[in-house]
Amino acid sequence: MPRTSRNAAKKHPRKGKSAESAHPKRPAESLPASALSKSQLLDLYRYLKLNRMIEERLSALYRQGKVQGGLYSSKGQEAISVGSAYALATQDVLAPMIRNLGAMLVRGVNPVEFFLQYMQKEGSPCKGRDTSLHFGGIDRGFVPPISHLGTLIPVLSGVALAGRMQGKNLVALTYIGDGATSTGDFHEGLSLASVRRLPLVVLIENNRWAYSTPVSAQSLLLDLADKARAYGIPQGVVDGNDVLAVHEATSRAADLARRGQGPVLLEAKTMRMRGHSEHDDAWYVPEEERRFWEKRDPILLYEKHLLGTGVAIKDELSRIESACAAQIDADLAIAEAAPFPRPESCVEDIYAPEQDASEGLAEEAPRAARRS
Amino acid sequence: MGEPITYLEAIRQGLWEEMERDERVFMLGEDIGVYGGAFKVTKGFLEKFGQDRIIDTPIAESGIVGAAIGASLMGMRPVAEMQFIDFIACAFNQITNFAAKSRWRYGAGVPIVIRGPSGGGVRGGPFHSQNPEMYYVHTPGLKVVAPGTTYDAKGLIKAAIRDEDPVIYLEHKYLYRLPRIKEALPEEDYVVPIGKAALRREGKDISMITYGAMQLHCMDAAETLDKEGVSSEVLDLRTLLPLDAEAIEATTKKTGKVLIVHEDTRTGGIAGEITALINERAFEFLDGPVTRVTSPDAPVPYSAALEDYFLPNSTKVLQAARGLLSY
Repeated sequence: MPRTSRNAAKKHPRKGKSAESAHPKRPAESLPASALSKSQLLDLYRYLKLNRMIEERLSALYRQGKVQGGLYSSKGQEAISVGSAYALATQDVLAPMIRNLGAMLVRGVNPVEFFLQYMQKEGSPCKGRDTSLHFGGIDRGFVPPISHLGTLIPVLSGVALAGRMQGKNLVALTYIGDGATSTGDFHEGLSLASVRRLPLVVLIENNRWAYSTPVSAQSLLLDLADKARAYGIPQGVVDGNDVLAVHEATSRAADLARRGQGPVLLEAKTMRMRGHSEHDDAWYVPEEERRFWEKRDPILLYEKHLLGTGVAIKDELSRIESACAAQIDADLAIAEAAPFPRPESCVEDIYAPEQDASEGLAEEAPRAARRS
Repeated sequence: MGEPITYLEAIRQGLWEEMERDERVFMLGEDIGVYGGAFKVTKGFLEKFGQDRIIDTPIAESGIVGAAIGASLMGMRPVAEMQFIDFIACAFNQITNFAAKSRWRYGAGVPIVIRGPSGGGVRGGPFHSQNPEMYYVHTPGLKVVAPGTTYDAKGLIKAAIRDEDPVIYLEHKYLYRLPRIKEALPEEDYVVPIGKAALRREGKDISMITYGAMQLHCMDAAETLDKEGVSSEVLDLRTLLPLDAEAIEATTKKTGKVLIVHEDTRTGGIAGEITALINERAFEFLDGPVTRVTSPDAPVPYSAALEDYFLPNSTKVLQAARGLLSY
């Protein structure tokens, strides 16, 4: 992908498809009637807002130099993280990618952890050693990514495999961008998971851009979910800016996977509304494309739905927003005051503490005269 | 003590006993179940342990290692087989970036074993004869072991499976059925500790530091030198990461003359690392330059005429030892 020309993106038109027609049109008024209760519907709203507001705050901290390195925004994609994670059962395991902060919130991560992590503090989940959303743990129900894309699909296949061996009835879910469907691990992981019918859901978050490369430069397919055919597994395409649709599609996919009909490949169509990382102004994205998707903002659409269907009144939504802001202020204050890590701690915890595999066993016998 | 068994049988027994001992242990790899493995290391395992614990996979090494990582995060103890260790290259990313760094990054241990046949001498050609240890020795967070005896083959596979961190277990295919190293093993359960070298022969004039199949050449050379009145010490590293620095230091201080012998190629081979370690810990004790016998910097060739020239042997070890002794 040439990066020298401001018109570079135009060299990769999406094969006769405009920004509009690439998107499954559905007005907010026709969102599916959901089985979720009012408090659950408002829960979704709170997670969406919290996701957006935390990232806005991180962006401000970046401009102040308090957050350094990569900062990856999920603006415009929050409905995918929140809707999908909300569809999982307690025993399920999820593996977020760098734009799935919302999914981690749903899994119980507190905002303070993101601030500590991004501000490189000692008390951060990675003790300052790793960056961004690269933290988690099976005990918390989620496995963190590495920066090498596609790797989580084999890893989550292993989680699904172990879950089945342990009789846990769990589903493993991970995300992958449109770009990373081109990786070898995408293929290896789905090959392995499909022949063993593992309870795995792979959610392709098609946000149209992999850094500066449009999806048309990744694949000739119009729907990346069609890759499922190569593995003989169920597939689905969903409007990624519609939180209820994502929730419903993920619930169905998880259900299929849990019943042994997986793995399932789901594609959520959306748009990355900011650059690849904070330093990138995404000049290569055509203006009309950006404008189209701005009108499809997932939080605005959901607000319209909640108000239009009478689930909530404006005051209720405002109160949720104020509560999010208060929590962020409090958590950020904690993170700002936290110390940086001890420099020498960077060489600790490479290995498990000294262990004795021979505990309770015979000592190693002397080696002399053992050869026969 | 039972009947003498082969190196391969020792690995098989070690795996079998660990699977019996701990139900979290399971295996995955290509052709390991129905077929019993390309070298028959896992023959009979499918019948005994069933297809939930002996998993035949697609040809997908990165997928195999990735799945092993995921299962280990769930508390299992996977053992992944590379049909030939050369194919571990396809899983490099999962090993060096996912498995090796997880504990350090966020505290999640990845207790997996990746094992497979390494080394040359069987006319395997450039893609079935490699010694890939140093790619992994260079990666903090991994452990790398390379047994050279039948006793160690069993003791190290057990230690690797019980280890809390990812271990790469290199089994030398030249040793698999070599009658010379058949050995009767203890009836009782035992492990060989990871990170500890073993003195195969004590001596005072020269130290040979080696591992894997190369220790046979060192032992042969030492035998010849013995007849000439030269007393050689042979140190078998057994573990390449972490290195047993104390043992290396001790033998250097004892003899003052160090010959390092490895089958891996020269540049970036572990001889360089050991030399630096000796410089740091025992420079004053040296009575000659640290010397190395290795394969040359070339891919492993196929033809017998080429491979026999390429690989270290006892003649090359003797020649280098005599040069060092006369320094």
